[in-house]
Amino acid sequence: MNTITVIGASLAGLHAALALRAEGYDGRLVIVGEEHHRPYDRPPLSKEFLTGALTAERLSLADAEEIADLDADWLLGTRAEGLDPPSRTVTLTDGRRLSTDGVVLATGAVPRTLPGEPLAGVHTLRTLDDAAALREELSRGQVRVVVIGAGFIGAEVASSCATLGHSVTVVEAAAQPLLPQLGARMAAFCADLHTDHGVTLLTGTGVRALHPDARVPDAHVRGAHVRGAHGAGHRRVGWVELADGRFLPADVVVVGIGVRPATGWLEGSGIPLDDGVVCDAGGVTSVPGVVAVGDVARSAGHRDEHWTSAMEAPAVAARNLLAGTTVETYTALPYFWSDQYGVRLQLAGARAETDTVRVVEGSPEDRSFLAVYEREGATTAVLAANRPRPFMRARRELARAGMVAA
Amino acid sequence: MIPVCRLEDLPQGESVRLDLEPPIAVFNADGELYAIDDTCTHQDASLSEGWLEGCLVECPLHAASFDLRTGRPTCLPARKAVRTHPVSVLDGTVWVHVESDLAAQAPHTAAAGQGSAA
Repeated sequence: MNTITVIGASLAGLHAALALRAEGYDGRLVIVGEEHHRPYDRPPLSKEFLTGALTAERLSLADAEEIADLDADWLLGTRAEGLDPPSRTVTLTDGRRLSTDGVVLATGAVPRTLPGEPLAGVHTLRTLDDAAALREELSRGQVRVVVIGAGFIGAEVASSCATLGHSVTVVEAAAQPLLPQLGARMAAFCADLHTDHGVTLLTGTGVRALHPDARVPDAHVRGAHVRGAHGAGHRRVGWVELADGRFLPADVVVVGIGVRPATGWLEGSGIPLDDGVVCDAGGVTSVPGVVAVGDVARSAGHRDEHWTSAMEAPAVAARNLLAGTTVETYTALPYFWSDQYGVRLQLAGARAETDTVRVVEGSPEDRSFLAVYEREGATTAVLAANRPRPFMRARRELARAGMVAA
Repeated sequence: MIPVCRLEDLPQGESVRLDLEPPIAVFNADGELYAIDDTCTHQDASLSEGWLEGCLVECPLHAASFDLRTGRPTCLPARKAVRTHPVSVLDGTVWVHVESDLAAQAPHTAAAGQGSAA
């Protein structure tokens, strides 16, 4: 291969590029990134970056020397618009056409949004620019924040907003936060974390609509109250209307209702799509010379949005791309962590809805415990809160039992 | 030099976190004592709570691994080394010689933990 194009310049794309070089690939390497930023780490965006404990510089995933060593052509601030496998051509939004022998699809995912009129003050959180815009709005004195969705991102944002002294309400459509991920008992623990820190948690109700603040009807005209990418020229949000008819006053709304894989640009390309780019356990698609990694990849029937697999799986996909076939598969134990309200949650394994859960060390009341999920006497997943070392042991044992890398 | 704990309070396989600025982790790896900066160079996690295997400690958050002898990372996601600090035992007490600009700073609390000290 003379040219390989990596489409997506975040964790998975960077690690695919690093792995290609580490494997000895010395041809032309092109990295296309929609954002203007060099690769940076997203997990702190909802946590230390939002509270101001970390600056953008500290998020960088590669320093100047590493970037230089990579010897890649960086095309940042432009997006891939189309891929034509027969002619091996990638088209960019700025009109450029790239000829390439190999392609790494690493376009990630984009946040789901609510339908309706775009309003200033309504945020999603995925990119550095998203986080910077939200942080800016949170820096102008105490505001009323409504977080829609009590998943990991929603919980972390709520926690950060509470830390900053804002008045926070979290709205969750399910009966409990993180119910599908953790089950009822551990979901109750997470619900307590919100309420213990003065955050109002409203569960079992969806959101019907967002409404502009009628008190500033001229914001649309003057644009004086809105700045930045999030809402220039739009009316400002004032209310969140719930499905049960209640209205919540809101100065700032954060929508954390999940993501969808960024595959729209691949429609009609011949690359199989099904909630992500369909590929095997080695990241290899059915189209020769095209592999997929990170959040966009639906690998062997599963699409996860985990940081660790986005970092590790690209090395496997890179080897397969260079080999021209699947010579290796990636089969690590799923692993996830979340920091919220001073508690570090760590989850490893694959929990099914019917699995039972048992606390084996510590106690939820003390905000420090290790719990195991079990099915027919076998451990399927482990969950820890502020118990890093016992968690590591349990995670290793689980990986060993399943014969996969921890 | 900063006192860490009595040697018998730091058995093999265990670690102690010194609440300095920045914090320092002291390990007993199969009878050898090592001190390194406690905070993982990748992200905010305490290496004293990590997994000790031989002369390597694995970060509890993202599994970056550091060589206790050199402070160098042995795998991603860490890319920068942690500082190492000389350790000595005098009359049954473990002492750390904090490197560089920290030398003049007074110790805070030296909480001896059983690994997963919260």
